[in-house]
Amino acid sequence: MTRRHLRKVGNAVALSLSIVATLVGLACLGAILWTLIARGVAGLSVQLFTQMTPPPGSQGGLLNAIYGSVVMTVVGIFIGAPVGILAGTYLAEYGRWSRLSAVIRFVNDVLLSAPSIIVGLFVYEVLVVRMGHFSALAGAVALAIIAVPVTVRTTEDMLRLVPQSMKDASTALGAYPWRTITSIVYPAARSGIVTGLLLAIARVSGETAPLLFTALNNQFWSKNMNAPMANLPVVIFQFALSPYKDWQQLAWSGALLITLAILTLSIIARLIVSALPGGKAGR
Amino acid sequence: MLVLALLGGVVVSLLHGAWPALAHFKFGFLTREIWNPVTDEFGALAPIYGTLMTSLIAMLLAVPLGFGIAVFLTELCPGWLKRPVGVAIELLAAVPSIIFGIWGLFVLAPILQRHVQPWLIEHVGSLPGIGRLFQGPPFGIGVLSAGLVLAIMVLPFVAAVTRDVFETVPDVLKESGYGLGATTWEVIWQVIVPYSRVGMVGGIMLGLGRALGETMAVTFVIGNAHRVSASLLAPGTTISATIANEFTEAVGDLYTSSLVALGVLLFLITFTVIAAARFMLLRLDRRALSSA
Repeated sequence: MTRRHLRKVGNAVALSLSIVATLVGLACLGAILWTLIARGVAGLSVQLFTQMTPPPGSQGGLLNAIYGSVVMTVVGIFIGAPVGILAGTYLAEYGRWSRLSAVIRFVNDVLLSAPSIIVGLFVYEVLVVRMGHFSALAGAVALAIIAVPVTVRTTEDMLRLVPQSMKDASTALGAYPWRTITSIVYPAARSGIVTGLLLAIARVSGETAPLLFTALNNQFWSKNMNAPMANLPVVIFQFALSPYKDWQQLAWSGALLITLAILTLSIIARLIVSALPGGKAGR
Repeated sequence: MLVLALLGGVVVSLLHGAWPALAHFKFGFLTREIWNPVTDEFGALAPIYGTLMTSLIAMLLAVPLGFGIAVFLTELCPGWLKRPVGVAIELLAAVPSIIFGIWGLFVLAPILQRHVQPWLIEHVGSLPGIGRLFQGPPFGIGVLSAGLVLAIMVLPFVAAVTRDVFETVPDVLKESGYGLGATTWEVIWQVIVPYSRVGMVGGIMLGLGRALGETMAVTFVIGNAHRVSASLLAPGTTISATIANEFTEAVGDLYTSSLVALGVLLFLITFTVIAAARFMLLRLDRRALSSA
């Protein structure tokens, strides 16, 4: 074979390998979704949404776990979002070029990818040990800490997309910086910030590790933020590892629910972003 | 400000919690294999080994695959397919880790146990050298399975970052490569890869940081055995899996404190990796800015 042939063959081999790689990646996603649906749908019923988690061997649903997950996510976002948005505003507007914001940005990026179990340990040390017991509140705080870096990042990116000329116009009319930010920048970046929040919710609602030793779990209906509370991820974790068939079935159904919810959220977020002028910047 | 305080608070409180164990075992904590709650003796060697080993396997698999996907998306893919495939890969990143865990335990592990591992034991296990990695009974769960699940989890990160970096390569460079008569592969390997090396390494390190800290997916499939064994098929444990499994049932100050100390170790390892990755990506950003 001539050198020319070798090069051609090498080219074809390498390129087909890259197509294979893509197919493998897609196959993984397909396989996971398919198993989830195949195993999860069997357990989908009205009971799932109306009854408590059962003891092994009897009928039941996931109502208390769903409720707990929603409550803790909402509280977590309520604590985390304002902090995240304010910090993002600082980075994008007030301290755009300062040394301090470079440091904060770096630390935020580190937090963004820090293992979530570390966050759980931290909240355990700070809240659970001090309060003397596990509580839903501690779980919500852990989720908030995970939500903060996500919101900081997206808020900053979105605020930067607002054209400088709009801000200049506002300043020229005699507005103070806070006035410019609240009545010009925020409205202009609103859909972007909402996207960031959606992404944060998607990220937070699937988290298991930090809840293991903050919110713990609860077999029963509990509305008390100060006591352990059931939540979907931890229930899935415990039920999937249990030897009882009906518990495992519930775990699969729960897994299907949570995945569908999260995928829907991320797809909505993506749609909002692609509808924005300026396109991909928020990814 | 608060963000900064948050990181500081995490470090301080973890060190505070870990202090009794660290003071008690000194450096022995890092090098001993024993993990015995009954006699209050703890060493971190097995979890550290498990963490590094599973991440290594994950990266060995995910990096070539991610590279392939990035090449496909930037160079080969017809325009109409680009978005759906890209989005699908990114959705893979959004699936919560517990789903990977439950999938790994009920779907992947049985397949490995019945089909893949017996073959490995029979054919690769008898080879000198690497054969030692593939001996023993096929459990299905173990270090290898954990590595595989991690690889699938990390894949979208590596692929997405690599693709983004590839897209920063100026078209002029690629076109001059083609103009000289290079094949597509030669352009990729000799023009695009050298240009985007820093960014790729950064992306890989980010994926590595993710693999090191991953908890739930690993907890399901690793088997939670506190020992260091030569075979990849044997059950092992990782730092995060140990914490997740034992924290709520840990009794005694020394036990809890040892687990927190593990957390500190994990934090140090991932912090170094992530910081290095961010630093590299930051340098890339600056280069892109100055050339624009």
